[in-house]
Amino acid sequence: MSLIDARNIDFGHGGQTVLHGVSLSLEPREIVTIVGPNGSGKSTLLRVLIGALKPRRGTIIRAAGLRIGYVPQKLHIDPTLPITVRRFLNLPKAVDRAAAEEALEKAGVAGLTERQMASLSGGQFQRVLLARAILGKPDVLMLDEATQGLDQPGSAAFYRQIDAVRRDLGCAVLMVSHELHVVMSASDRVICLNGHICCEGTPEVVSATPAYRELFGTGTGGALALYRHEHDHDHDHTHHHHEAAE
Amino acid sequence: MLDDFLMRAALAGVGTAMAAGLLGCFVVWRRMAYFGDATAHAAVLGVALALLFGTSITLGVGMVALAMALLIHGLSGQRTSVDTMLGVLAHGALALGLVAVTLIPGQRIDLDAYLFGDVLSVTRMDLAVIWGGGAIVVAILWWQWQAMLTATLSPDLAYAADLNPRRAQLILTLLLAAVVAVAIKVVGALLITAMLIIPAASARSYATTPERMALLSMAIGALSAVAGLRLAVLLDVPVGPAIICVAVAVFAVSALGRTLRQLA
Repeated sequence: MSLIDARNIDFGHGGQTVLHGVSLSLEPREIVTIVGPNGSGKSTLLRVLIGALKPRRGTIIRAAGLRIGYVPQKLHIDPTLPITVRRFLNLPKAVDRAAAEEALEKAGVAGLTERQMASLSGGQFQRVLLARAILGKPDVLMLDEATQGLDQPGSAAFYRQIDAVRRDLGCAVLMVSHELHVVMSASDRVICLNGHICCEGTPEVVSATPAYRELFGTGTGGALALYRHEHDHDHDHTHHHHEAAE
Repeated sequence: MLDDFLMRAALAGVGTAMAAGLLGCFVVWRRMAYFGDATAHAAVLGVALALLFGTSITLGVGMVALAMALLIHGLSGQRTSVDTMLGVLAHGALALGLVAVTLIPGQRIDLDAYLFGDVLSVTRMDLAVIWGGGAIVVAILWWQWQAMLTATLSPDLAYAADLNPRRAQLILTLLLAAVVAVAIKVVGALLITAMLIIPAASARSYATTPERMALLSMAIGALSAVAGLRLAVLLDVPVGPAIICVAVAVFAVSALGRTLRQLA
């Protein structure tokens, strides 16, 4: 059965409608990417799915006991709040030292335990967020523009890490992104969102749809080429290529 | 031991400072200083109502602080900025309280005692209220610590972990009202926010985790209370303001130390 099944979600505030008639379901082990222009409701949809926002209409059914690992777009820690990486990983549940170190290693930032969160670089910070999310052994990992602020090689490496984590934990991944080429290559399914779902399907299908081309304009030509390139590598070399690159 | 009024004052000061020092960390982390002000200022209105209806001051202050805190909690759920509204409520409640207190027929009350505290007159009963209330505040924060901290760092992380950040906010709101009711006798309505914020801010420079900051803040609060009391007796000045002066001095030293360390 589906991990999450959202039907006909409407969301808005005041007279403004952000999401209209959005239906989405997520199967175990599936990688689904939501793409869309700024203000298309991508982050809102994710926040509706984690329960942070109440939809006006529609139903959300989660599998019983579903564990969600959420990696927010940005996490602002107030400068008055001192917190080490180790302590941060203990939220919301305390974990033992070995588990914490293992999670950091899986996320690609081993050995940061005693550092202050505020002293981390953007990439390290996102990876610590990822480590915290996987500590709860999630059934689904949700990432909201998790590579914002990372440069291209940085975000490519981050997505490879997510792919490795997914294979390791066997969880589903639902992510929101605007970095089409890097993301699409890794996805089983792409959902193109602009307030409503414009189109969805495999990366090949979506990138060929007129609705998608209309939303993302001419820039997609180059992105598409890049996407095909990445796609070949993923399948031919079963990721040795990527792991070696790290 | 409790027969000595100075000893009672010291115990009242330490009890209040520990509860306020712990809760104050959340006030600082969540930027609720104005929230604290509004709740504390409403306490004066609580004094007026308690005198009018002949109930205990603690009860009156507690109820009005609670009503104010719940009102602000409700407002903070809206999408609009509550900053201006907090200002209106804080000073409106203070002004209304000041007017109401002087209008109570048949009593000339010592307003200063409620504005700046009157710790030298605490009774055994007051002590029981202060330590009992303080213990409840500390116990609830201890019990809810992980959830509170997660919600403070990010409401979305809390939601994703099936925790309710609005509930955490509500608990803090209630505890704030409790601390106001407990602290009014010690530092008075005008300086309660100082008791919440200054020890926590001083502790920040020397803490690496939230827990260490909380313990340090409680210790600094307790130290300020004892030292402030001695200073007040020595110089014959009001105790509440003296306690805050010591806390500010600790903060200055801590801030200076931090700057020097950064330069070194």
